[in-house]
Amino acid sequence: MCTQAVALLAGVMESRGIATACVALVKHVAEAVRPPRALAVPFPFGEALGPAGDAATQLRVLRAALRLLESPGPPPVLEDA
Amino acid sequence: MAVYRWRRIDPVPWAELRRPLASARVALVTSAGFYRPGIDEPFRRITGGDSSFRALPDDVDPRSLVLGQISDSFDHGPATADPNVAFPLPWLHQMAAAGEIGESAPRHLSFNGSITAPERLVRDTGPRAAQLLVEDGVDAAVLVPI
Repeated sequence: MCTQAVALLAGVMESRGIATACVALVKHVAEAVRPPRALAVPFPFGEALGPAGDAATQLRVLRAALRLLESPGPPPVLEDA
Repeated sequence: MAVYRWRRIDPVPWAELRRPLASARVALVTSAGFYRPGIDEPFRRITGGDSSFRALPDDVDPRSLVLGQISDSFDHGPATADPNVAFPLPWLHQMAAAGEIGESAPRHLSFNGSITAPERLVRDTGPRAAQLLVEDGVDAAVLVPI
């Protein structure tokens, strides 16, 4: 549900001119909902950016999500972390 | 969940990043339901899900936030111990200081993501949230579920 919620919000924000990058905990949900840019992560529910206390992983995933903002498209863009 | 019909975005909108990432103003949007105790209203357990959001100032201390996510379908332990798993504000600040992004937005947004009936999210609260980011001159948003 969380992946759908952020994906739908990304669509709303993008339609108002804000570039969005969405982290997706469940890849098939991102494939179904189709946010403009999404990064599928291999982590369990509750730790979307990586394990608690693992700053290096969290930063790596955040950077990967931000890089999607410079993707040339076309939408939907869905990559694996 | 097998019979749940995910809501499809069609057509998929696309907004080019208006300026290079290194000069862009970036906001975080989390669905962890974080809120400031004593300041913000807690999220509510209502049928279909609470579609409201809280705006968190850029200088908020993430460790002071309460994890307001209603769903018990995930382990609340990691995000309680380390809010960065779903609201990586210190890392965004670190990237701004290093010049990887232009700057962190003045406000970030927190939703409670366990929303099974997202109509109001798409028609009402989502557009209001987007408008807030537009007013703040935000170029890009990173959205993180939990």
